[in-house]
Amino acid sequence: MAEKIPMTALSPTMEEGTIVSWSVKEGDTVSSGDVLCEVETDKTSVEYESAVDGTILKIVVEAGGSAAVGRTIAIMGEAGEDIADLVASAQQEGSDGSSAAVPSGEKTSAEEQSERSKEHQSSGKSAEKKESSGSAQSDAPALAPGVAKKPGESPGEAPKVGGSRIKASPLAVKLAAERNINLSLVTGTGTGGRIVKEDIENFRGVPGGAGSVSTSGAAGAGVLMADETIPVAGKRAVIARRLSESKFSAPHYYLKTSVEMAAVVAARKMLNEGRQTKVSLNAFFIKFAAEALKRHREVNASWQGDSIVQFGSIDIGLAVDVGTGLITPVVRNCGNRGVEEIDEDLVQLIEKARAGSLKPEEYTGATFTISNLGSFGVEEFTAIINPPGSAILALGATKATPVVRTNGSIEVAQIMKMTLSCDHRVIDGAAGGRFLYELQQLMENPARLLF
Amino acid sequence: MADYDYDVVVLGAGPGGYVAAIRASQLGLKSAVIEKEAPGGVCLNWGCIPSKALIHQAETVHAVKGLEAVGARVDLSGLDYERVHGKSRDAASKLSRGVQALLKKNKVDYIEGTGVFAAPHEVEVDAKRTVSGANVLIATGSRSREIPGFEFDGKLVVDSRQILGITRLPKKLLILGAGAIGMEFAYVMNAFGVEVTVIEMLDQILPLEDSEAVAVVEKAFKRYGITMQTGTRAVKLDRTAKTVKLTIEKDGAQEVLSADMLLVAVGRAPNTEGIGLEKIGVRTDRGFIEVGDYYQTAVQGVYAIGDVTASPLLAHVASKEGEIAVEHMAGHHPEKRIDPAAIPSAVYCEPQVGSFGLTEKRARENGVAYETAVFPYRGAGKSVAVEKSDGLVKIVFDPATREILGGHAVGANATEIIHELLLAKKAELLPEDIATMVHAHPTLSEAVMEGARVAEGWAIHY
Repeated sequence: MAEKIPMTALSPTMEEGTIVSWSVKEGDTVSSGDVLCEVETDKTSVEYESAVDGTILKIVVEAGGSAAVGRTIAIMGEAGEDIADLVASAQQEGSDGSSAAVPSGEKTSAEEQSERSKEHQSSGKSAEKKESSGSAQSDAPALAPGVAKKPGESPGEAPKVGGSRIKASPLAVKLAAERNINLSLVTGTGTGGRIVKEDIENFRGVPGGAGSVSTSGAAGAGVLMADETIPVAGKRAVIARRLSESKFSAPHYYLKTSVEMAAVVAARKMLNEGRQTKVSLNAFFIKFAAEALKRHREVNASWQGDSIVQFGSIDIGLAVDVGTGLITPVVRNCGNRGVEEIDEDLVQLIEKARAGSLKPEEYTGATFTISNLGSFGVEEFTAIINPPGSAILALGATKATPVVRTNGSIEVAQIMKMTLSCDHRVIDGAAGGRFLYELQQLMENPARLLF
Repeated sequence: MADYDYDVVVLGAGPGGYVAAIRASQLGLKSAVIEKEAPGGVCLNWGCIPSKALIHQAETVHAVKGLEAVGARVDLSGLDYERVHGKSRDAASKLSRGVQALLKKNKVDYIEGTGVFAAPHEVEVDAKRTVSGANVLIATGSRSREIPGFEFDGKLVVDSRQILGITRLPKKLLILGAGAIGMEFAYVMNAFGVEVTVIEMLDQILPLEDSEAVAVVEKAFKRYGITMQTGTRAVKLDRTAKTVKLTIEKDGAQEVLSADMLLVAVGRAPNTEGIGLEKIGVRTDRGFIEVGDYYQTAVQGVYAIGDVTASPLLAHVASKEGEIAVEHMAGHHPEKRIDPAAIPSAVYCEPQVGSFGLTEKRARENGVAYETAVFPYRGAGKSVAVEKSDGLVKIVFDPATREILGGHAVGANATEIIHELLLAKKAELLPEDIATMVHAHPTLSEAVMEGARVAEGWAIHY
């Protein structure tokens, strides 16, 4: 059975809406959830989704026209249905002088034209009539999914006012009334989609995807994701505690620079040629950092409250994501070992990290740490220092970037951005700068390792 | 993904564990439950069920004595407690077998033995075999809490489980702790002629219940001849061969009570030791397992429900939590956790106490705006007719929204009639809805209706 589709309150305070555009035309078949039109409310413009399945038999209010809440904007039903009566009564609503419901007559038949002009003559009377019929219709067909009357459903059933057709607990009804919330806009999460107290309390008005109104395509899916509390324990708790300790007690500052990666890439290629297992880029980064640390021992140090320890060994941690959190296995004594040896250690440690079998001595006590988010396409970032170390190096992705050469020419080079976070209690700005410059120079000219 | 023997392995076949295992099976999950004792747990074997059997016998004693008022000569001299006890054991074993049958019917594998975590998804049973599960549900329950100096010896100093095992009654019984367990045993033992003294540290018996409801119980207990000492601490215990001497202290003054048995019922301790929790990284706080939504622990795939968590130590809470946990495992979207305001608590002595949500005291402490509506049992004709007119129904509600915040019933059948109020709470009905619902006459439930009408300002029989 055909039914009127009314303008509905798409925001809690909306009284009238303007149809910006129709997304459907007469004769189109729509399903519940399909966008019918875009409506400009007093606040914003939102998409008006259909709450029922059916065919658009008549668009009553054309794009550009506006309609008071409750006023019919379209008629839906089954193709070929006789809707003359519905059209007539819809037009009658339109005779209310307060808002121009039908902007143009180009699509209406002559018959309807005359019908309308007749109504206009008796507008004083019918306005009153509209008041009552309008309020009875105002929430019908309600927006709440699942409770809207479907075409073909018991024809004798009279549309009722919102409260009795929308499933809501008595408490929810009372709260909604107190807060002036239109229940038809609230999504019920109780048994069988019933609106309960929590739904009223969580109601933030439209837009927000409540009911079948949405401002984004995603909300049209209708299912709101519920919050989920996840207990914090084990690794997550340790990460949280250690990193907040570090960030809140160590005064961090950050130094940024770019590195041309051509030399590192070439060196790696040279080493990996003919090898079964490839030495990772991270092993190179560790090796370069170790060499720079050797030359700047003040960076390979730790704040101990009343003293600073400069570590004798260079033990570099590499932040590894193991799915359930972060862990930083530590490669020991990097200063005295070659890239291949470092890589062997790294492979083993990462394997253990992923299997969750790292021993505490294998992931604590890094004197310096590297975190590489390049594989995620991160260009640059700042990292939080991993105690007891006093500095952490954050590496971004290597990207083809235009660079200006000293002679003024522009070339495309493979550039990686890196950011050093330092604990100012241990490493002053100049010391950090010297270290970072050294590292950059080593990476761009590996031959410097010989100097 | 690795292959597991089961979708769900449940540790413990108490009211939390066995219900969860059956629910899991209903949802199509292959499940097993590991239990070292009898199916049904403490509740069914050594708690709720046998104690209710004893209470029923005690009520019968009271009822029979009531016939004296109509001229009957009542002679209870042949009453044999050993046979009373036997009835309680029959009830327990009958139901335990019932649980076993239910598990079988629902294709839950029942594994006898002690389960200990070997890994997050692996449980070793009696160090002999290993059972693996995609999910593991910890439902190992609790035991009576022991306090230093008052250790249980099973003869002179007993816990609730041990006292359910005795077949010969003491002459004088001291009960430490006036919670539900302490009060129920006080009622039972008194009915069978034991001289009972209950000692409670807090200033009210049934400390968690609403004081107006508690006053009704207190009055009845005094009439039975049960001594109750509140605001009283147990300081010291001396044991001789056959007696205990308990030093108690109230307002600085000490007194020594002697008896031939002491029941210590001062709370329960979770069974979370020795099951390998530390090995897999499940964290506990004062012994209780920390859980988040859907009763998940911090270890993925490991859930914990019931008395091992910090939620109220009640069988029906464990069952519901178990259902929520396995529904979540099955990919359903149950409520995240039980609404604490909608958990019923029940005390089964006569008069009974049934309650949920806020007491007046709790509302005051939490700064919640509230009003109360109280309707006495005697206003419901049925209670007078059946001589159970001591009691009341009390509704704590929000004066602005009319939301029901708490419900309390004390008196005959209070643990049953409370559910009408609880359903109203859960369904978010308002006092008005109960007030206008037609209740059969004459029933005790009319007191609930009238209570709601008091809230609405138009009780008829008050």
